[in-house]
Amino acid sequence: MRLLYFAWVKEKAGVAAEEIDPPAGVATIAELIDWLKARGPEFENAFARSEVICAAIDHAHVRHDAKIAGAREIAFFPPVTGG
Amino acid sequence: MIRVQQADFDIGAEIAALKAGRSDIGAIVSFIGTVRDQHGAVEEMMLEHYPGMTEAELTRIEQEANARWPLQASLIVHRTGALLPGDNIVLVVTASEHRDAAFDAARFLMDYLKTSAPFWKREQGPGGARWVEADTKDGAAFSRWKKKHATE
Repeated sequence: MRLLYFAWVKEKAGVAAEEIDPPAGVATIAELIDWLKARGPEFENAFARSEVICAAIDHAHVRHDAKIAGAREIAFFPPVTGG
Repeated sequence: MIRVQQADFDIGAEIAALKAGRSDIGAIVSFIGTVRDQHGAVEEMMLEHYPGMTEAELTRIEQEANARWPLQASLIVHRTGALLPGDNIVLVVTASEHRDAAFDAARFLMDYLKTSAPFWKREQGPGGARWVEADTKDGAAFSRWKKKHATE
């Protein structure tokens, strides 16, 4: 699946987009965040305040307990500030 | 209709296009959001967004407004990229037979957009760059519509 990062999540993680293949035990957004955080200090830092980070699956907002099975594109970003 | 673009918009031209050839519209409300310099603290603003999801969210927001109010036309234009103090950021236009629907729907569109459309502002000023933090007042403004909806 494709992962996208935006705004300060992108800056802290040091990557805008990547293809990932998480292990079978990673079933939800929250578990995906935990898995990403274990990849290195940049991700640990980007997701340090994971409770404020928003997620979207295939262009729709989801909560952290959402299942990721079948997702083509998952995005992580701070609370939105447009308008 | 919704549009996401780097270019500025011409408010008069947008409203003229929206009502062209129509004689059924009785009320048009427009809202324009612009970049503030915040007394010299902001010299430039970068607007990042999530291409694809932005359009999907704005379309969903517009459909929601049209489901709640008898609108005859609606328009959301949101800019992205580098903007300067005084520049336009966002335009919302609503048209209806009577003013109440147009006023309420315009406010709803802005409140909803501010809490769900994937845009992020980064301000650049003499003190450096910083990502704008989400305003809790925006969440409260959005909740008002949820509460109203629940009691209807």
